[in-house]
Amino acid sequence: MKILVCISHVPDTTSKINFTEGDTKFDTNGVQFVINPNDEFGLTRAMWFKEKQGANVTVINVGGADTEPTLRKALAIGADAAIRVNTVPADGFSVAKQLATVIKDGAYDLVIAGRESIDYNGGMVPGMIAGLVGANFVNNCIGLEVEGTNAKVIREIDGGKETVSTNLPLVIGGQKGLVEETDLRIPNMRGIMMARKKPLTVVEPSSISGETSSMSFEKPAPKGAVTLVSADNLDELVSLLHNEAKVI
Amino acid sequence: MSVLVYTESEQGQLKKSALEVASYAKAVANQLGTTVTAVTINANNTDALRNYGVDKALSVKNTALDNFNANTYAAIIQQAAEQESAQIIVISSSADSKYLAPLLAVGLNAGYASNVVATPLNTSPFTVKRSAFTNKAFEITQINTEVKIIGVSNNAFGLVESSSTISEEEFSPAIPESKISIESIDKATDKVTIADAEIVVSAGRGLKGPENWGMIEELADVLGAATACSKPVSDLGWRPHGEHVGQTGKPVASNLYIAIGISGAIQHLAGVSASKVKVVINTDPEAPFFKAADYGVVGDAFQVVPELIEKLKAFKAQQ
Ligand SMILES: Cc1cc2nc3c(=O)[nH]c(=O)nc-3n(C[C@H](O)[C@H](O)[C@H](O)COP(=O)(O)OP(=O)(O)OC[C@H]3O[C@@H](n4cnc5c(N)ncnc54)[C@H](O)[C@@H]3O)c2cc1C
Ligand SMILES: Nc1ncnc2c1ncn2[C@@H]1O[C@H](COP(=O)(O)O)[C@@H](O)[C@H]1O
Repeated sequence: MKILVCISHVPDTTSKINFTEGDTKFDTNGVQFVINPNDEFGLTRAMWFKEKQGANVTVINVGGADTEPTLRKALAIGADAAIRVNTVPADGFSVAKQLATVIKDGAYDLVIAGRESIDYNGGMVPGMIAGLVGANFVNNCIGLEVEGTNAKVIREIDGGKETVSTNLPLVIGGQKGLVEETDLRIPNMRGIMMARKKPLTVVEPSSISGETSSMSFEKPAPKGAVTLVSADNLDELVSLLHNEAKVI
Repeated sequence: MSVLVYTESEQGQLKKSALEVASYAKAVANQLGTTVTAVTINANNTDALRNYGVDKALSVKNTALDNFNANTYAAIIQQAAEQESAQIIVISSSADSKYLAPLLAVGLNAGYASNVVATPLNTSPFTVKRSAFTNKAFEITQINTEVKIIGVSNNAFGLVESSSTISEEEFSPAIPESKISIESIDKATDKVTIADAEIVVSAGRGLKGPENWGMIEELADVLGAATACSKPVSDLGWRPHGEHVGQTGKPVASNLYIAIGISGAIQHLAGVSASKVKVVINTDPEAPFFKAADYGVVGDAFQVVPELIEKLKAFKAQQ
């Protein structure tokens, strides 16, 4: 089985979010980038398929050269090869189109992406890839087994979960639950050394236009101070929620 | 040319979020000087839509569609959009709508903006404001394609009444065969779900153990709220995983979010800060959640929560 894990390179959640160039660009100054958490769960599940079922795992990112450390980290965790599509993505749709080209050329059986990335929170790339390559698509995956060309997927739904069966080629939007958090791996020395020798192929993008463009950013208005209510005066809280906030 | 809105139903009943996206679609239609067409799948009754400005309802009824399937539902909405020559398609931010939207976008070659928090800022060029960076910023996005899909963030627009004379039409689109089959569904049907809830009552490690959740459930009951929890609580197995909210859990965008014994770590806040009003109950006045909350009670949950339940019961009885 050939697996492609899509890796979004995102600012760590604890990063300060600021913008430059007249609020049109994300300010990367002092920001630490990580593998998107949803992708980390997917990558770890891919490692299971590699170790238990002999799958071959490639990781991919659409981005500039600055994302390579993130791909190297994925290699150090155990992926066999990495691909970087050398373009700074315009939007989710254009990322999906670039990925679709690579997926068609490489005949991947299983594409693991994340439910959403924590930077632009588009939640669109995995579904779009599936639509573009004509693969089956299951979103919000919290469990995945593959036997031959048959896949059994558990997905989170509102208020519970659903088990579905489908066939490869398959694209999933994964999230926590795909593996346990305790199964996530931190690259060790040996992994880091081996990663240096693994192929990281840079491919040039196909020319693709973006369907949407990011024009500018705004930060939410600073929040007013909290209104404290004494624990002995909860009538006051009820009244505030009813009369002032109008939420009950 | 009308604005098309996909109004979701659950067991035949239109969801509240359906009325919200209808309200939003009406506002967009007003901006563009056009009408609103809704598409429903197995909704028993579309009457409610007449209060939210919908001019026409395309009703799809087919028992083969009783269970949600992203591919087939996207194909249906696509055919409705094509029939109506709709250039704007409005959907909610439910898990189902977020699942089908990218497939619909590919089918219609449409630009798609998700998590949109307000009516379009401009219709030519077409720009919308959406939340990004896990609610830490807003992005102004321009949609460049002729057909545009807008995913409206839950509770961002609210319900705006506007009466209309609705005409209902039966709609029988071609339904593609599904390659994904459901083997089993495991779902609590008697509980308010986090995604649909207007109020969410959430508790953290401060509650000490699973045996103490009775009062949390009671508080949720009194408020008609969904229950949720912080990540360590589900990791410890005190509560089911589906209740975990935050950056790695379910996102919450309720009208009211009550956090009890939750410190307010950034990863928790990231996932819940889209909620309009936040209340924190915590023994530690230094807990970071107080900085993110609108109302706070410094106190012991084991005293505050039971008392709050009594006060709310009295309040509800008066209403
Ligand atoms: C990559 C990553 C992703 C994460 N994703 C999430 C996520 O999605 N969701 C999430 O929740 N967390 C997430 N976390 C974990 C997060 O950082 C915090 O550890 C977690 O939110 C803390 O949970 P808590 O507030 O329940 O517990 P604690 O931090 O232990 O806080 C307990 C609080 O209860 C208060 N308390 C104690 N006794 C009482 C009492 N009797 N009455 C009232 N208050 C009391 C304490 O003062 C304290 O503030 C993530 C972490 C990482 C690294
Ligand atoms: N630039 C990118 N390169 C590779 N994969 C990506 C990229 N952006 C998004 N993805 C994948 O798509 C998922 C959802 O991202 P998004 O649609 O941006 O919310 C991520 O979790 C990744 O798996």
